[in-house]
Amino acid sequence: MTIGIGTPAVGVTLEDISVSFETTEVLKGVDLTVEAGEFFTFLGPSGSGKSTLLRLIAGFGPLPLSGRVLIGNDDVTRLPPWKRNVGMVFQSYALWPHMTVRKNVAFGLVERKVAAGEIRRRVDTALNLVGLLDFAERRPSQLSGGQQQRVALARTIVIEPRVLLLDEPLSNLDANLRIQMRREILELQRKLMLTTIFVTHDQEEANTTSDRIAVLNDGVIQQVGSPIELYDRPVNRFVADFLGSANLIDGVIENADGRTLFRASGDITIPLHGRIAGAAGGLTAMFRPQSLSIRGAGDPAVEGAMPLSGRVEHREFLGSLVRYTVTVGGHALLVDDSHQAGHRTYDTGEEVALYLDTEQVRLLTS
Amino acid sequence: MNLFARGQLGPGVVALFIGLFLLVFLVVPVLQVIYVAFQDPNTGALTLINFIDFFRTSLFQESFFNSLYVAAMAVVVSSIFALPLAYFTTRFNFGGALLIQTLGFVPLIMPPFVGAVAMTLLFGANGSVNLLLDEWLGFTIPFMEGLNGVIFVESVHYFPFILINLSAALLNIDREMEESAQNLGASGFRLFKRIVFPLAMPGYVAGASLVFLKVFDDLGTPLLLNVNKMLAPQAYLRITSIGISDPMGYVISVILVAISLMALWASFLALRGKDYATIQKGGGGLMKRDLRPWEKVACYAIVTFILLLVLSPHLGLMLLSFGTIWSYAVLPDGFTWAHYVNVFASSTQYITNTLLYAGLAALIDVILGTAIAYIVLRTGLVGRKWLDYAAMGAVAVPGVVLGIGYLRTFYAFDVPIIDKPLATWWVIIVVALAIRRLPYALRACMAALEQLSVMLEEAAENLGATKSRTVRRIVVPLMSGGILAGFVTSFATASVELSATIMLVSAESDAPLAYGIYEFMQSAAGRGPGAALGIIAVLIVGIGTYVSHRIIERGRIEWTADAAVTAGAGA
Repeated sequence: MTIGIGTPAVGVTLEDISVSFETTEVLKGVDLTVEAGEFFTFLGPSGSGKSTLLRLIAGFGPLPLSGRVLIGNDDVTRLPPWKRNVGMVFQSYALWPHMTVRKNVAFGLVERKVAAGEIRRRVDTALNLVGLLDFAERRPSQLSGGQQQRVALARTIVIEPRVLLLDEPLSNLDANLRIQMRREILELQRKLMLTTIFVTHDQEEANTTSDRIAVLNDGVIQQVGSPIELYDRPVNRFVADFLGSANLIDGVIENADGRTLFRASGDITIPLHGRIAGAAGGLTAMFRPQSLSIRGAGDPAVEGAMPLSGRVEHREFLGSLVRYTVTVGGHALLVDDSHQAGHRTYDTGEEVALYLDTEQVRLLTS
Repeated sequence: MNLFARGQLGPGVVALFIGLFLLVFLVVPVLQVIYVAFQDPNTGALTLINFIDFFRTSLFQESFFNSLYVAAMAVVVSSIFALPLAYFTTRFNFGGALLIQTLGFVPLIMPPFVGAVAMTLLFGANGSVNLLLDEWLGFTIPFMEGLNGVIFVESVHYFPFILINLSAALLNIDREMEESAQNLGASGFRLFKRIVFPLAMPGYVAGASLVFLKVFDDLGTPLLLNVNKMLAPQAYLRITSIGISDPMGYVISVILVAISLMALWASFLALRGKDYATIQKGGGGLMKRDLRPWEKVACYAIVTFILLLVLSPHLGLMLLSFGTIWSYAVLPDGFTWAHYVNVFASSTQYITNTLLYAGLAALIDVILGTAIAYIVLRTGLVGRKWLDYAAMGAVAVPGVVLGIGYLRTFYAFDVPIIDKPLATWWVIIVVALAIRRLPYALRACMAALEQLSVMLEEAAENLGATKSRTVRRIVVPLMSGGILAGFVTSFATASVELSATIMLVSAESDAPLAYGIYEFMQSAAGRGPGAALGIIAVLIVGIGTYVSHRIIERGRIEWTADAAVTAGAGA
């Protein structure tokens, strides 16, 4: 296989990037390093600036007001898109309808004035890699959504780009195909050792594929880390909420009897395990729904966990889980209970006991 | 959108060149006309005296009100033709729909003045219809008397503008809009009044103002019907009989431009913020229902009657071109090929000139149209919108005015080598046609480029194609349907244009078809050959339109579905 071998993987560095559309600031001083060969994801809601950031690396959109874009060691900030040699797969695939699959894939090689025989060989290799060699003479309109996606991938990797950029490439596919395609993309990326940047608003997509994720909101990178790091140790409310469900309770730190306590309204106090470095004043306690256990009011207590009592407001059956909303001292807490875990389900309006695993409580600055 | 400053040099040079072309051949001649209108003919000082003279002269007063009256009445009569056709085809299931949609457009491929003589023979005081009416019912109807004739001929030719726009508006109304109104309790006339009518109104007003503008500016029809007390003929007669220094021709020109601008403004206001088609899904149009038998009969009767009426110029022209003598009779006395033989023996230069002029003009139009569309939609050049505005401004400049402007501006300019004034060189006719038809080609190119997702271009740039390579390999091939449509529209309408060319033709050998038809139609003996030329013109335009339509369709089928997917996802 020739694809990928000629180009050793390089990293991407973004330094203090600020971008505005007219008067709207869409990126505010973004600093980021993507390592060579990494599968990196920009995750954020729409309008967070994640697509703008990706397009900036490809050379599309307005020039940044400040900052530099480095690919490997080359400053490409002012380089036009056609001189960057980064491959981008567009959200809509952007296959040219007037060309066959083969011509689409050959396009970049023709622009690079590669010899005809070489083009043929490399296009065949690329199409073979995505399993579409038999479809070379078809038009894009004669392909299914997943096949179009593969052609777009083949068209991009055939030029042996230094970096692969994927702009929400799965959003136009149905649910099953999406899971299959994300596995294929990941497999291809591993095979080619290509530095890959993936943009998505879907946390599950980000979690299942990425080595690392940058969570963006409002033009600012909120946190960078591996999926598990971000889930377990979010640095702020936004990250906690955006990656999975979270219970967030505002309160203050108190010291009593040599122990540190988190006190919130509704008479909730959570003992803390000496992890607070100089934190005082308003904070938010965060814990995931699975850190709470639910039991009937008179049932035996759960060992080693902090008891709370409340009333079931809602019950949602999610298959493997039952998700309860329980009000405790005026706070609506989400509680995930494994279904068929050996106890019954609880009804709306029922008084229940909750047990919080205090080891799993994180404190966030509000 | 790419806001990069880089890669703007090429488009910048092209934009400058186009801007210069529009300045020299559109802006300057029109400003020249306006300037002369406000100039004292003796001293050269700026003055309103010419306008005061104009409104004090009873002939001009009458012409002014006649023009307004004719244009307004033409809108009314066109609406009477177009409304039932549009309503029946969009509202009911019946076989006539396709026929109407096809035949309804036929009048557009023949300029009104060509059919005017034929309609006199059919509907005039001694025409076929009145002879029959008199014989059977004992009365006649003055269809073609004076201004009536102009109104009737113009309405028959221009009603498709209303039909097209209104049908499009009705077809764009999403069925769910109607269903949700019904769901909320509206039905019958209230549904029509509150939902259908307001949604269709912008389309109607756009079509109606176009009809008004076309009729108000038309020169050929009143000239051929010998109705001279209207503005455009007066301007033409002043310039051709008194000379290009007579200020009245210019005053009339300014008034023509002003009223045209007002009509365009009205249509702009009607459509502003009401681009309903893009908000709704546009699927399916209104709910269609089946007709009861008696309704079907009534529908067909009305439709047949209207179609007979609007196709009468073509039928009449056909009869005239094959007829021997046709006078005081329902039909010609006999039939012959002689007129066609005559035309092909003596007047082929009209046909070749037309193909040359209209072909060149359409070529210029699509090149300019594609370039302007790209510059406006895809570059960040400062002032790029002004290219669009200037090119579209040509809509508001009647042919007579452009002709007068060219005569005034370029008469003093000698073309090197051939050593004669630019205003009398045949190339100026091509330029005039190109300027006049540019708005149509430009809109077609704009629409084609707007439908192209920018991502298709970004993907090419991402894979290493420069801007100019991207234009050549991606943009132009994908716009080809729109470019071809623009070419055909320009070619078809330019090949039958009269009002600007009639002022610029300096020698019989340079004259195009429309001019030849006009010349022939002046004399009774020339009617036959004139009609034959007219039929040839209609055939040229018709065949051209059909062929290009087929080419576009064939190209489309292969990739339309995909382009739609891409455009949808890119939006």
